Amino acid sequence: MLDRRDFVAQLLVDRGDLLVICGLGSATYDVAAAGDHPLNFYLWGAMGGTAMIGLGLALARPDRRVAVITGDGDMLMGMGSLATIGVREPKNLAIVVLDNAHYGETGMQPSHTHAGVDLVAVALACRFNHARAVSRLAEAADVRASLHAAEGPILINARIKPDDVPRVLPLRDGHAIKQRFVEALNSL
Amino acid sequence: MEGARRRLSYLAFGMAWDNCKSSRPATPSTPRPSLHSPTKIVTDWPEAIYAHFRRVGIRQVGYVPDAGHSRLIALCRDDPNIADVVLTTEEEGVGLVAGAALGGERAALLMQSSGVGNCINMFSLLRNCGFGCVVLVTMRGEFGEFNPWQVPMGTIAEEVLRLAGFLTHRIESADAVDEIVGAGCDMAFNSNLPVAILLSQRLIGAKQWTR
Repeated sequence: MLDRRDFVAQLLVDRGDLLVICGLGSATYDVAAAGDHPLNFYLWGAMGGTAMIGLGLALARPDRRVAVITGDGDMLMGMGSLATIGVREPKNLAIVVLDNAHYGETGMQPSHTHAGVDLVAVALACRFNHARAVSRLAEAADVRASLHAAEGPILINARIKPDDVPRVLPLRDGHAIKQRFVEALNSL
Repeated sequence: MEGARRRLSYLAFGMAWDNCKSSRPATPSTPRPSLHSPTKIVTDWPEAIYAHFRRVGIRQVGYVPDAGHSRLIALCRDDPNIADVVLTTEEEGVGLVAGAALGGERAALLMQSSGVGNCINMFSLLRNCGFGCVVLVTMRGEFGEFNPWQVPMGTIAEEVLRLAGFLTHRIESADAVDEIVGAGCDMAFNSNLPVAILLSQRLIGAKQWTR
């Protein structure tokens, strides 16, 4: 199983103009720990909505690559959005689920993936172009390449250790996060 | 006369907006529906809404299929400059609006009053980040409704929207659609505000409900 911080850091090496939407909680902390960046849109709420923000952005900017990085709890809450994305077929959208099979923010209660609910199978059933699970750090470079070049929609379910890692807290002001993102995207 | 002058001012603003869109594709070739015949406005209010979508440059429209919105949905689907996104639940649309705005596009949502209830927590995204959004709500459960299950949400939808930070407008008659939807679209995107326009069940009327 993967160390979440090492894995996310490797995904975001030399990220270039990759646009990143991060789901609330640990996914946001992991992306921030890999290095704050104006093209990160950090969520601190709106649970279940991360993938759909990625879809809206991917449709608006077909010339850029969009990566949604989120947790299993957020993805389970927005499972219908996988069907919506599969129907719409955005070629520039990838979703990385950091799946520790637990709700880390609320006391590590087991999530449905802990009981065997398979988000890779769900994504494939929802017409995703590609979906797979990864659990070794050696696979991170290949996942990173997929974020930048593979034809979407794709979903990567990253099996991470249910470790309690120190929080890295980025910007919380939604207006500031939005404004910074939009300005950086416009100046690319 | 007063109404005609208002409509003209919207068209003038629309042209100014078109000129600002340097990075957008060329203006679509499908003609903008006429707004100048009063009789047409009364019978074709979905066309009046669509004309404002075109005017303010709506590029994404999210919806759960709905009988009251069926004509507007068809107009949006047929427009190559609008990405229509069918949702499994209305709350997905709130995320869609936010993502579109991050990418520089304006988006609108179409839903029934029951869908308002599905969105409540996700609306925090609009308020917290200041995303402009227009939501067109077809009302159920408030006027001649035959299904009692529509009443609880239909009767609280406007209050819920206000509590969630929306500016709300209610339309009771077809001849008010052009003016109110125009004003709502302008406020939403000039001020980055969530604006909800409630299309009353009386307006949607028996003609749309062919069962």
